[in-house]
Amino acid sequence: MIVQVLAFYLFSAILVASGVMVISARNPVHSVLYLILAFFQAAGLCVLMGAEFLAMILVIVYVGAVAVLFLFVVMMLDINFRELRQGAMQYMPFGALLGLVLLAELAVVLGAWVVAPAANQALGAPTPAIEQIDNTRAIGQLIYTHYAYLFQASGIILLIAMMGAIVLTLRSRVGVRKQNISAQLARTREETMAIRKVPTGEGV
Amino acid sequence: MEIGLGHYLTVAAILFTLGVFGIFLNRKNVIIILMSIEMMLLAVNLNLIAFSVYLHDLVGQVFSMIILTVAAAEAAIGLAILVVYFRNRGSIRVEDINMMRG
Repeated sequence: MIVQVLAFYLFSAILVASGVMVISARNPVHSVLYLILAFFQAAGLCVLMGAEFLAMILVIVYVGAVAVLFLFVVMMLDINFRELRQGAMQYMPFGALLGLVLLAELAVVLGAWVVAPAANQALGAPTPAIEQIDNTRAIGQLIYTHYAYLFQASGIILLIAMMGAIVLTLRSRVGVRKQNISAQLARTREETMAIRKVPTGEGV
Repeated sequence: MEIGLGHYLTVAAILFTLGVFGIFLNRKNVIIILMSIEMMLLAVNLNLIAFSVYLHDLVGQVFSMIILTVAAAEAAIGLAILVVYFRNRGSIRVEDINMMRG
């Protein structure tokens, strides 16, 4: 039990610290790297809670796809980030005030909050005992049966997002010499070849 | 000492607040704003997973997966818009993004 407590405090301390560094690092590349660290710590918290599948998905999707995409864009765009950071302190008091208000509200909600006694009877899909069936298999049995439509819809969302990103960033450049296969195949003998009779010793 | 639901909710609340704070702190840099949004979505995910484990209800984890999907789609579309915008204007300052105002 003490190991679990220690692991929780370790993961959450690094999570909060890297969250602070994400929003305060001067170099956006460092921000992205701290974001990756934060995702790893969140995955650790998920493992601690017993949601292994979500932890692995968190690492694969967030670290493997989203954070790498951020890193790619940060490195690809040629931006003077020092200029972007100027005047950041101007909004500091208002942001801090808003953050404190939000945190206080969340604290009030957390403090005065109880689980309804009937909540245990109103479960959508009770978690099977871990001895019978593990987390990944239980989630799989749920999303392929009761939540199949939701699962398909999320697939369609990803497909549309992919199409949108491609449509947005695809551009046809002018002045690029590319192979035009239909033009090549449409050539005929008459318009490309001419037979000349060259007289001996003279030239064309 | 037992680590319960409240501990996880506290961590998620702190992370969410950090995300909100980051949006205000980096008002000029769209990339950091997008990262802050990702952090807020991560906090919401942690909340859902914590409640799912606490109540022994798997639906929370299914919802968390759907949020993950939407977060990935949002990041892809947002960064694509950012790249197109940078290509057109040569800058990603938030103050410059006022073309739609007419």
